[in-house]
Amino acid sequence: MSAPAIPAPEVKQASRRRVVEDEAPGARRGGWFVRVAIVVIVLLWLIPTAGVLITSFRPENLVDSSGWWTALAHPFRAAEWTLENYRLALDAGGLGNAFLNSLAVTIPSTVIPITIAAFAAYAFSWMEFKGRYVLFVIVVGLLVVPIQMTLIPLLRLFANGATIGRLIVFPDLDLNGTFLGVWLAHAGFGLPLAIYLLRSYIGALPSSIIESAKIDGADHFTIFWRLIVPLSVPALAAFAIFQFLWVWNDLLVAYVFLGGTRETMVLPIALAGLVGGHGETWHLLTAAAFISMILPLIVFFSLQKYFVRGLTAGSVKG
Amino acid sequence: MTALIVTAAAFWLLGATFGFLRNSEANRFLVVGVAIVVGVGGVFFLYWAMNRVVTLLPERLREGVRPYVFVGPALVILGLFLVYPVINTLLISFKDSQGQGFVGLDNYKFAFTDESMLRAIRNTLGWTLVVPIVAVSIGLAFATLADRLRRGEAVAKSLIFMPLAISFAGAAIVWKLIYDFRPEGFGSNIGLLNAIWTGLGHQPVAWLQEAPWNNLLLMVIMVWMQTGFAMVVLSAAIKAIPAEITEAARIDGASEFQVFRRILVPSILPTIVVVTTYMVINALKVFDIVFVIGGAETNKTEVIAERMIRWFFILNNSGRGAAIAVILFFAIIPIMVWNMRRFREEEMIR
Repeated sequence: MSAPAIPAPEVKQASRRRVVEDEAPGARRGGWFVRVAIVVIVLLWLIPTAGVLITSFRPENLVDSSGWWTALAHPFRAAEWTLENYRLALDAGGLGNAFLNSLAVTIPSTVIPITIAAFAAYAFSWMEFKGRYVLFVIVVGLLVVPIQMTLIPLLRLFANGATIGRLIVFPDLDLNGTFLGVWLAHAGFGLPLAIYLLRSYIGALPSSIIESAKIDGADHFTIFWRLIVPLSVPALAAFAIFQFLWVWNDLLVAYVFLGGTRETMVLPIALAGLVGGHGETWHLLTAAAFISMILPLIVFFSLQKYFVRGLTAGSVKG
Repeated sequence: MTALIVTAAAFWLLGATFGFLRNSEANRFLVVGVAIVVGVGGVFFLYWAMNRVVTLLPERLREGVRPYVFVGPALVILGLFLVYPVINTLLISFKDSQGQGFVGLDNYKFAFTDESMLRAIRNTLGWTLVVPIVAVSIGLAFATLADRLRRGEAVAKSLIFMPLAISFAGAAIVWKLIYDFRPEGFGSNIGLLNAIWTGLGHQPVAWLQEAPWNNLLLMVIMVWMQTGFAMVVLSAAIKAIPAEITEAARIDGASEFQVFRRILVPSILPTIVVVTTYMVINALKVFDIVFVIGGAETNKTEVIAERMIRWFFILNNSGRGAAIAVILFFAIIPIMVWNMRRFREEEMIR
């Protein structure tokens, strides 16, 4: 039994530790070699982030003239540290605005696909209708489509609408550069995985509770809101975290549908813009990078259990 | 009747806020706040309104229509955002730069003859080989070692896992600082790599311009980000191996390395394979790292996904962009299909 690509119901056992391990007779616990190796790898992994964090708190002239590690020699000298870089990045660097835009993109882009997917997953699991199986197979098949494959037609559709002859199939809403366009795009790209995962969870719920609710006279809408949604919280949370991080860290979709103007740019685009800018502005860049990392890191450290589930569950995304 | 009025009013309100969101003069906090409320509230409202409409139908129709209310929005969005674009991209890939006249296979001929595209294909192949192998190896080694720690396993694992939470763009900056270069006489080198290198008595090197090795340096970024994923998943698999098996082997006199090679690796092999294919797909689609580091052409670090964006967006040639996207699509399909089949098999076993 392997852990990756965990569909939601399995979540329960994913984090269960082997209880007996401490009492296992004669188990070789780590000697000094194990400990040294672990410490070395962890340090190697931490140094890059530490460099950015330290640099972001150093004044510009020092950042430019000496490596960040020199600051470690006198960590308590006040002249070595400053918050000015963050003020600059948020203000002049446009990171404050980008942070807000990222929120405006990410929160609906997480809620919309989950809601739509939960309704669809319920229908695919517990409702009778024509084409149920075929439609579900098609939805899952769409997991293979890489986003790159959709960008060109979507941009045209958003810009010009679509017509067959003189019939307007899709109106010219001029969605490029609007939040709605990005929300819908992220919803579309997230849906196959969301439906797939939620269906395997919702479909595994005991049918007896749904039957008894029906006997009590509840319709599907009531059953869904009052029973299914509360019962599916673990699966919903796992997917929500995956989608949240995915959208928050996404550069491609935002770049294509929102564009890189100062008004509408999200954090990854702001970062890319600063890197591409002229001159070496490491004091700004590092502060900007850290601003973009704060929220995902908070999510990571506070919701680690769900985070791991979400990511492993998300590993089937195409 | 009131239900209809409320519904109509709500739709009007949504339309009005849509106009407000496009007004770039307005206060940014307000716009963002309204956007979040409208986006989140709008989707709930949609289902609520549709359900209200269904309850107005005659009773015998109601239960027949309701399933389509539940799946309808999903199908519409999927059709619009995935099915239609895939078909359209296939078509565009046979058309000229503006998507007007048909040009046959010219775009594909370009994709497989252009020097920079060929390099992109070669580089992408390199990514799909190096990143999964290195990331899975380190992840496996770390998971095995961490399993034997008396204390601190969770902390050590979460520190390795952490880079997964940040964006490729952020990670690119983190590593660009490490690779930073200044020629001699232009100030001291603030990049860690050059500081170590010059400390060893060498001349500073512009690491990111040293083709073809700079490709490896970019791959390091992805390895740094993805090793944590491999490690966490493999670690879960290792913990699922019954302790009796490894203990029995040890009592029979097997060395630690033999236990690792003969018992541990074979038992978690299916997991290793799944993690590796997942990383192959990710590596195939790598875009952000190369894009943010920049200078792909001058530094010869092109990759397929980055070429696609470049031809479509920056060089304004939708035909070539589409052809490159199609190539990527067909490279991913077999791996994904295989992956999903495995996934299904495992579900059956469970």
